[in-house]
Amino acid sequence: MNREMKKRLRAAGLWVTTFVLMVIMCVPGLWVVLSAFRPNREILAKPPIWVPEDLTLNNFGKIFGFGAEQVAIPVLSYFWNSMVIALTSTVIALIIGMAGGYAFARFRFRFKNAWFLGLMLFRAVPGIALSLPVFMLWSRLGLIDTQMGLIIVYVSLNVPFTIWLIDGFFRQIPMSLSEAAQVDGCTRWQAFWKIEFPLARSGIAAAGVFAFLTSWNEFALASQLTRSTDSKTLPVGLMDFTAQFTIDWAGMCAMAVIIIVPALILTFLVQKHLIAGLTFGGVKG
Amino acid sequence: MAGISLQNVVKNYGRLEVVHGINLEIDHNEFVVLVGPSGCGKSTTLRMIAGLEDISDGDISIGDRVVNDLPPRKRNVSMVFQNYALYPHMNVRENLGFGLKIAGQSKEAVEQRVQEAADILGLSELLERIPAELSGGQRQRVAMGRAIVRHPEAFLFDEPLSNLDAKLRVQMRTEIKKLHNKVRTTVVYVTHDQVEAMTLADRIVVMKDGYIEQVGTPMEVFNHPVNTFVASFIGSPPMNLIPATITSGQVEFRDATKIPVPSRLAGSVSDGQEVIFGIRPDDLTPIGHGIHEARETTDIDLTVDLAELLGTETLLYTTFVGQEVQGKMFDPRDVTPGETLTFRLSLDKAHIFDAASGQSVRRH
Repeated sequence: MNREMKKRLRAAGLWVTTFVLMVIMCVPGLWVVLSAFRPNREILAKPPIWVPEDLTLNNFGKIFGFGAEQVAIPVLSYFWNSMVIALTSTVIALIIGMAGGYAFARFRFRFKNAWFLGLMLFRAVPGIALSLPVFMLWSRLGLIDTQMGLIIVYVSLNVPFTIWLIDGFFRQIPMSLSEAAQVDGCTRWQAFWKIEFPLARSGIAAAGVFAFLTSWNEFALASQLTRSTDSKTLPVGLMDFTAQFTIDWAGMCAMAVIIIVPALILTFLVQKHLIAGLTFGGVKG
Repeated sequence: MAGISLQNVVKNYGRLEVVHGINLEIDHNEFVVLVGPSGCGKSTTLRMIAGLEDISDGDISIGDRVVNDLPPRKRNVSMVFQNYALYPHMNVRENLGFGLKIAGQSKEAVEQRVQEAADILGLSELLERIPAELSGGQRQRVAMGRAIVRHPEAFLFDEPLSNLDAKLRVQMRTEIKKLHNKVRTTVVYVTHDQVEAMTLADRIVVMKDGYIEQVGTPMEVFNHPVNTFVASFIGSPPMNLIPATITSGQVEFRDATKIPVPSRLAGSVSDGQEVIFGIRPDDLTPIGHGIHEARETTDIDLTVDLAELLGTETLLYTTFVGQEVQGKMFDPRDVTPGETLTFRLSLDKAHIFDAASGQSVRRH
């Protein structure tokens, strides 16, 4: 076997491996999306029907309460809860993250490293490990089955991460930019909003997307802390499709699509901010 | 426009004192350069004038206002930073106009002032570019433009040329000097480069370890350094400093070589005094290759270890009393290492410092 052949074989091998890996990653997602548009009998057919024969919007229809079939699942309430909880907790986590990240990047204070390490350690604790104490505490405080209860949990899950990420972005911005703005006539506050904030915007956007997705997708804690339409989020709502003996796969998949779409749209909208790189150039090249 | 006054200004970080009660009066429209090795407190002093660092004790006044507790924005100074600190997300026009806009000036006024500054600095073609699209020299000019556009009471420069390559540095140095001639304003300029200090300053302030060593015009500092630190820091190549003892009205080196005490200093030294004899390379030249006629000279034979050709002059490295001593040969001829030449030493340009204190024995 000559060298040329070996080279080609290796390239072919790489492509095949890549393809197989991509299939493994993508097929479940595709299958969910596809199943959202297929009737239950086709999903459950044996042998499986690979190429859809019957595409329909019925699954969405029955979730939202029109069409012949109906399921008694308050998807709109869940969607509303998910939105309120994810957006509110993201905004709070971002505000704390910006303040904290700025403080860690700019100020010297006592026990700074210990604080930072503490935040990172907190991040290392799996949320579910805290579910029992949180449950007991929340039940005493009357926060079980409230939006506020979940918002607090998600803020505390996200804050270490947002601080860490935003701190890194502020660190990249030279101190002299804020100083120049202050000599130019700004208060420190103005210097922050007019100079440092716009430059750290991509980092803050990235932190926001991650925080939103964490809250939006979280299932384990939400399933413990929510009970009813007052606070149940979409991922928890998915469980409504499982009855004692049957699972409505089609409805579940349709709802999964409803969960996925806003997350995709959001990521798409802010993706240009995710590409950092504005910072450099104002200082020495 | 106004002068700046520093009275007993102290800066400490916790228990560490980095500036020890310095006093300095800077006149209206004067160009003052703070120069010294890194860590001498010159940048800290500048930042205290700008208000970017608190002062721990003493008073700073700009004009007739004591500004100790005023934030930077209320001091009406502008500053050029070492890394230029241009706002990366604004174009040149916005960078220049930022301070005026913050001050609430009308759009037309901002536009007019920006245009005026751009004309002075030759930036008119670049107004729509962002900093990342500018070369080092252009960024430097924008930084200066941002400083002049506000017509401040003083300009503060913090090592503005140290990020430029050697050629551009010389060019921008000239531009800064020209700019100061055009826009007469009080300037405080920090650098570690004694050539910048010599060329730009009306007055030089030499600092070391948080103290002011000497204040004077460039020629005063060059011709009459008050101590060995200033003597070795100002001037390139540095002054030769050779330990010696005064014996019966002569300077006696460790190898028993004797030369006369310069007559102007004869009354300032006493027999038995341990001294350091200072002579600049320019004043230690092979006979016939000097640059000026000295009135008072003495000759010594030295063997050349190394010759560095600089074109109009050659630097000669020799060994004298066990230490390296540099001389200069103007209008040079070829010199081979190992060659022994008779050097003429211009005594009227020589310096004598007290060995114990390092201070010049010359009475001030």
